[in-house]
Amino acid sequence: MVDLSVKIGNLGLKNPVMTASGTFGYGLEFADFIDLSRLGGIIVKGTTLNHREGNLYPRMAETPSGMLNAVGLQNKGVEYFAEHIYPQIKDIDTNMIVNVSGACVEDYVATAERIASLDKIPAIELNISCPNVKQGGMAFGTSCEGAASVVSAVRKVYPKTLIVKLSPNVTDIASIAKAVEAEGADSVSLINTLMGMSIDAERRRPRLSTITGGLSGACVKPVALRMVWQVANAVKIPVIGLGGISSATDAVEFLLAGATAIQIGTANFIDPAITVKVVEGIEEYLKRHNFNSVQDIIGALEVR
Amino acid sequence: MKKYIKDFVLTENKQLHSAYALMKFRPQDGELPDMLPGQFVEVRIDDSTTTYLRRPISIHNIDSNNKELWLLVRRAGDGTNRLASYKEGTIVNMVLPLGNTFTMPADKQHQPLLIGGGVGVAPLLYWGKVLQEQGLRPAFLLGARTDKDLLQLDDFEAVGDVYLSTEDGSAGEKGFVTQHSVLQQQFSYIYTCGPKPMMQAVARIAREKDVPCEVSLENMMACGVGACLCCVEDTVEGHVCVCKEGPIFNIDRLQW
Repeated sequence: MVDLSVKIGNLGLKNPVMTASGTFGYGLEFADFIDLSRLGGIIVKGTTLNHREGNLYPRMAETPSGMLNAVGLQNKGVEYFAEHIYPQIKDIDTNMIVNVSGACVEDYVATAERIASLDKIPAIELNISCPNVKQGGMAFGTSCEGAASVVSAVRKVYPKTLIVKLSPNVTDIASIAKAVEAEGADSVSLINTLMGMSIDAERRRPRLSTITGGLSGACVKPVALRMVWQVANAVKIPVIGLGGISSATDAVEFLLAGATAIQIGTANFIDPAITVKVVEGIEEYLKRHNFNSVQDIIGALEVR
Repeated sequence: MKKYIKDFVLTENKQLHSAYALMKFRPQDGELPDMLPGQFVEVRIDDSTTTYLRRPISIHNIDSNNKELWLLVRRAGDGTNRLASYKEGTIVNMVLPLGNTFTMPADKQHQPLLIGGGVGVAPLLYWGKVLQEQGLRPAFLLGARTDKDLLQLDDFEAVGDVYLSTEDGSAGEKGFVTQHSVLQQQFSYIYTCGPKPMMQAVARIAREKDVPCEVSLENMMACGVGACLCCVEDTVEGHVCVCKEGPIFNIDRLQW
């Protein structure tokens, strides 16, 4: 038996495979396809203090080996989540983690406080990296000061595991990671989507209602892998890697680069059962290379 | 309804004309899941470099005797072009069944009218068959640019009365479906699928005639299961996912 378990701060994961926010609904949408309890964690859709309708349609454009989205954090607000969705998901036997976003520091704090009151939510992922909202979101995640201000405020009210999701749309992601680590984040997850754009030349119009959007899918993997490697070398807290992971081999690459856990996002749309295949594939890899534990390959990249 | 990820074998691929293929599939494991009219499948197309996401395609018909799923595929881009060119025997992976279904008419006195334009005729055949099984005789009003674009009239005629309109007058009445004389009659329900301007015009007629009306939307989708929130339609309740709450909507829910 190989040991697949990992720890993110005080949070134990049965294996390093989680789902990325906004790509897996509340988990329930995928319950017909996989046994949700086989996952290390499920990060549910971005939640804000108040109801948000999100951006206008069209919100999606396919790109080579990827897609752009401009959903804009559509959700019914934290109170609706707590009253109507939480009761449906609280007994799923995995870590149910809520992705929290906001337009200002006060919103983040109030949302995190409400989530903290829900017993079966052991962690939040603070989204300071959404490229699709006019206020807040990525604005906080693109400067060390902005990132530090949100994390410091939320840390004061949120005692459980605090993960901070970083934006790749910056010059030096490692410095942002260090800034949030200094404010008490338990972990960083990266990358959120890369800002991109798509144009319909025949109609001379942008394909997204917001003109620009966030790029995800297999095409972003090399960028994500590079950033995970840079951040893992810069901070002491565990790093959660994501960005284009579509197979167990992809996942292993992120672990070797220094990620303690990984998230699968856009690949869920192409194969709704991909997460469990990645769990099985990591186990198969470890056996084939005679490792007893997934811990043995975290950061085990041999550079010389 | 339980959803599946399933491999199908392509048993027949009939090129209807340059742009359309009628494709029949049998589940590789022999188990054809229950599927309702109006629902759709998400087809994986692996061999197209520009096709990353699955392609949502309406369920055209279920042949339960032969355990076959029929899809009517329009060659719209590289992905559907490759799909429509697959040879018989090809294994195709699908996620299904997705989305909701049509509403049975309460009025049993009058005929239900099913209006289709272009590839929008796809979901109407299966729905017409189910209406027929319920003892109703559906009327189909099918529109196209020319007579060559009218697909599978024999299959529709086996299920109900068929009325045609073509833009060039080469078959049926000349003009758009919304100008067809059959619309003078009273119907119990109107169901429509086709280009959005056509469906919006049909919706206006249904409102004028005070006949309940459902439309089948095909917004751009990624996940197909209500997770990514990309395919939203603006409704009276705000943005809702076409893939999960639709694709069939009563026009009273829409901001049309």
